[in-house]
Amino acid sequence: MPDVRLPGTLTPLFPGLSRKPEVDDCSTVLGVIDRLDAQWPGLRDRLVAEGPALRSHIHVYVDGERAELDSPVAERSRLDVIAAISGG
Amino acid sequence: MPKTLLTVATRKGTFIVESDDRREWTMRGPYCEAWPIYHAIYDATNGSIYAAAASEWHGSTVWRSDDLGETWDQSSEGLTYGDEDGRKISKVSTLARAGDRLLVGAEAPGIFESKDDGKTWSLLSTLSGQHGSEAWDDPANQPPGHLGISGFVTDAHDSDNFFAIVQGIGAFETEDGGSSWTPRNKGLRRDWPADWEDVGFCVHKLVRSSDPQRMYQQNHVGMHRSDDAGQSWTEITEGLPGDFGFAAAVHPHDRETFYVIPVDGGHGRTMHDGKATVWRTRDAGSSWQPMRNGLPQENAHLGVLRQGMTIDEHDVPGVYFGTSTGQVFASADEGETWTEIAGYLPSISSVDVAIID
Repeated sequence: MPDVRLPGTLTPLFPGLSRKPEVDDCSTVLGVIDRLDAQWPGLRDRLVAEGPALRSHIHVYVDGERAELDSPVAERSRLDVIAAISGG
Repeated sequence: MPKTLLTVATRKGTFIVESDDRREWTMRGPYCEAWPIYHAIYDATNGSIYAAAASEWHGSTVWRSDDLGETWDQSSEGLTYGDEDGRKISKVSTLARAGDRLLVGAEAPGIFESKDDGKTWSLLSTLSGQHGSEAWDDPANQPPGHLGISGFVTDAHDSDNFFAIVQGIGAFETEDGGSSWTPRNKGLRRDWPADWEDVGFCVHKLVRSSDPQRMYQQNHVGMHRSDDAGQSWTEITEGLPGDFGFAAAVHPHDRETFYVIPVDGGHGRTMHDGKATVWRTRDAGSSWQPMRNGLPQENAHLGVLRQGMTIDEHDVPGVYFGTSTGQVFASADEGETWTEIAGYLPSISSVDVAIID
């Protein structure tokens, strides 16, 4: 099971969602997001734009490497979803 | 006396300002997780509050509260042009109720509807087929602030009839619930060359009076009035300190009375001469009076956006406006006297008012 870490801006939108949710999917970044969306409908829209593509200020890292939606996620990967520093 | 409730949309969330007597006001918020909110409305058909939002991180959504702001949910399900279309939603910025439809306007330009009170959405129209609409997504054609649907005007008696403003292009009317659209820009001034006679106008704000034939609009160049439900327009700028502004409101019981806030049309976009002033006409624009009593008159460089002024439906209506510097001003006597009822808010995008029994 990958070690998923979500940004703090996401959890208030979905009751019961923790910043370290358990996800029994380890195919791709999009696979993990879709699995989360199945449990918390609408979550995908908050991270993924049309295309599909990651929203422009959402960054994902798999095992410390910048990743895209089709990047593979392994059984013991760590997956960090970051709301990029921006704005004011 | 029933409660008067203001929904105030700001760059950092939605706020509620409310009063039982329109003299003492209390404020609560921020709501919507302090997301940037572009328009917040009270929906009298079901008592819900809706807020159109767009986060740099998490995209566009519409927030909904069914308990006057105590709890909130949000949904953007269906609020997309799809993965195959090159058009993308960068923002949802204007809301309106039209019968069983809740409408939200998006940029890039499109109108989405919800028939389940904001839980799910579907694309109603992109106004395709209008002159030049094929180029609306071209980055080279984007006006400052981008090109989107910036306002609606609905008809309380006919839910299939409503107007939509396409920013920098003009006003369009549908009489069949959004299936077909007709430009309604005849007689408007424009001070720039245009490829077509019927589009290429910069409509900032459109309002309909208690008489549906009588409409007003604040344009990029001039105040205008229509006496034939938007079929044609006549300029009524004379007597105002300038021809540019965004906010406008019409008296709920008198079709001749109309309020506007002219601002500098250059970079400033603030009220003229640093004097906060709402201008009122009692004769449909033949003459204008400055309403300043209680408003700051020195170094008050206040901006008000297109959804930033509203008027309630009490017998003696109250007028309200919110500024780009976070103040809300209110008048309980049709603009004669004013009081600052909230301050130190984030930059205000919209103010809406409702009377709640």
